[in-house]
Amino acid sequence: MIELISPTRCTGCNICVSVCPMDVFQPTGGGRAEGAAPVIARQSDCQTCFLCEAHCPDDALYVAPDAETVTGITEEAVAAAGLFGSYRRAIGWTAAHRENRSADQTFRLLAPH
Amino acid sequence: MANVPGAPVSSSAASLDLETDVLILGGGPAGTWAAIAAATGGARTILADKGFCGTSGATAASGTTLWYVDPDPAKRAAAKASREGLGGHLADHGWMDRVLDRTHAAVGQLADWGYPFPRDADGRERRVSVQGPEYMRLMRRRVKQAGVTILDHCPALELLVDDSGAVAGAVGLQRQKGGRWTVRAKAVVIATGGCAFLSKALGCNVLTGDGLLMAAEAGADLSGMEFSNAYAIAPAFGSVTKTLLYQWASFTRADGEAIPGAASKGGRSVIARVLTTEPVYARLDRAEPELWAAMRQAQPNFFLPFDRAGIDPFTQRFPVTLRLEGTVRGTGGLRLVDGTCATAVPGLFAAGDAATREPICGGFTGGGSHNAAWAMSTGHWAGLGAADHARALGVRALGNGTRTLRRAGGAGLQDRPRGGHGAAVDAGTLTRAVQAEVFPYDLNYFRTEEGLTGSLGRLDRLWADAAGAMPASADTVLRVREAAAMLATARWMYRSALARTESRGMHRRIDHAALDPAQRHLLTVGGLDEVHVSTRPAPVRADPVRLDRAEAGRELAA
Ligand SMILES: Cc1cc2nc3c(=O)[nH]c(=O)nc-3n(C[C@H](O)[C@H](O)[C@H](O)COP(=O)(O)OP(=O)(O)OC[C@H]3O[C@@H](n4cnc5c(N)ncnc54)[C@H](O)[C@@H]3O)c2cc1C
Ligand code: SF4
Ligand code: SF4
Repeated sequence: MIELISPTRCTGCNICVSVCPMDVFQPTGGGRAEGAAPVIARQSDCQTCFLCEAHCPDDALYVAPDAETVTGITEEAVAAAGLFGSYRRAIGWTAAHRENRSADQTFRLLAPH
Repeated sequence: MANVPGAPVSSSAASLDLETDVLILGGGPAGTWAAIAAATGGARTILADKGFCGTSGATAASGTTLWYVDPDPAKRAAAKASREGLGGHLADHGWMDRVLDRTHAAVGQLADWGYPFPRDADGRERRVSVQGPEYMRLMRRRVKQAGVTILDHCPALELLVDDSGAVAGAVGLQRQKGGRWTVRAKAVVIATGGCAFLSKALGCNVLTGDGLLMAAEAGADLSGMEFSNAYAIAPAFGSVTKTLLYQWASFTRADGEAIPGAASKGGRSVIARVLTTEPVYARLDRAEPELWAAMRQAQPNFFLPFDRAGIDPFTQRFPVTLRLEGTVRGTGGLRLVDGTCATAVPGLFAAGDAATREPICGGFTGGGSHNAAWAMSTGHWAGLGAADHARALGVRALGNGTRTLRRAGGAGLQDRPRGGHGAAVDAGTLTRAVQAEVFPYDLNYFRTEEGLTGSLGRLDRLWADAAGAMPASADTVLRVREAAAMLATARWMYRSALARTESRGMHRRIDHAALDPAQRHLLTVGGLDEVHVSTRPAPVRADPVRLDRAEAGRELAA
């Protein structure tokens, strides 16, 4: 489930508000102009799809793998484990990892047809 | 906002009022391919998604393998034959050929548009799979470039029909902007995906069968709804229901004892049986370490739960569960009446998981490829079909004076003349009641006449209550409609399952464990207050000599 938005990393672009398929986030008054982070307004609606993380340009969100429960993990713990932005790097959506976009090895795992 | 039965549409009630040639409901693969085809053919096109076109739906979160087969006759024949038996010999060779051709073209198009397909050691581009976020981000871009108007966070609630009964648009909510939307259209494509009953399977909680309910309210029927019990393996704590890599798993009890026969393919039912009484653990210890890196690169999302929970899935055991994916990786859905993906109702088309996939895989899908190919192909044809239909209607009538439109929606939306009992439906309570009938392996994975009859009695009573209830308030109507759609879907599933007194495809009857050659037919199901099932002949076999005899006595695989 979505666990946190880091107020220090977030720039208030509100992309997560738009892209979350479950409409979990709510923009706050300030928005991008003031760099204000949106809030996690409907946490229990989260479907643990990790797509807000994939689309956040500032690696400011963390989705815990637990689908049913809130873990309460802290920003420090996420940062210490190097998990901020880890999905974006894996799919090649950061400048430094672009080669991962075309790294899909599924063809090696499928029986030939 | 209550509407009395058949109330005409008043434009003042909606906060956004648009007119178009083609309206697409749903923006996953099927909806985006449909939108591009319609708009490229010159039709004015609007696409409305419950969530966000580009992240919403099963593919965006999951990624898929593709039924991408070179147009070499031997390879094509093998591809078609490989699923015949598993699908219960219900697929149609003509449809398979068309879908193989169309998928090959569509995937080529993706490459031309810049999808970053990987290359193998020989430098050859490999096009057998797509990563969900990448694929659907590209599709959104192409939809916009085609000139389509996208309405994000705009779930459709009900269809509009004209006085001849033809579908003429839809009404929905603007979830983030507030208020309603009304789109009058000459043709509508239902591409709302399948129904996974809010099981939290990966990317599936937007998929509550809404389009099936809306279409049925306008008079469409469905097919193959007995093939609706796809369950997928996931770590017990998580949402990632990706199953490909479990072919390298061993499955054990809490004490570490191996579970005989348990496997992702061909032994998933064994896992289900054990899970009814005790936890099951998995470990990907059949994968050689040389393959580990490739597995990570193939499915980055598969590893998210493990990396974040601090589990090494290759060396450490973790508890697993089976989450219901319902019709998402089942094959049931709206019945198509021709190759343009028209439904039984004029002006209404269907594509992707919202349409029955029996034509290409009969009663079984799961393990990949066909669903994605079906979504690409039927999306394209439905978009073209809808655009042609709109063109044929011409300038005649979009409801502005010449055509009176009425709302087709029922449960949760309108007072019905049956002495409504005053209370509105509580979406949470109804959802949990439906889940209690469709989640348990005893009821849905392992079906019996007794179990199905008991469930149907309870589901029918829930339907009578929901259909007679007061309309939902503006802030609950989406959830109420979703609950009603799941309820309707569950009733079509179980009525069909009761009617098929054999085991075929993924439909498994404990009291009729064998395949019955006399039931090589398709089941049409429809209706809301009264659900009715009828049979239609299965497609003519390409090779009538290879009869089902070999299958007849066999306990079904998987
Ligand atoms: C974990 C997982 C793995 C899979 N792997 C494979 C695979 O390897 N190979 C394969 O072929 N298939 C696979 N599938 C199946 C494949 O993802 C689907 O067949 C495919 O996504 C269907 O596309 P679609 O466009 O019909 O539906 P979806 O992609 O589910 O999109 C449906 C869209 O409709 C929208 N919607 C829903 N209700 C409404 C409403 N009321 N109003 C407006 N919009 C609405 C949703 O928000 C969503 O955007 C997998 C599925 C899952 C869950
Ligand atoms: S997408 Fe990231 S940076 Fe933008 S508002 Fe959301 S959390 Fe903040
Ligand atoms: S994980 Fe998915 S559902 Fe949850 S907040 Fe992020 S985008 Fe929304």
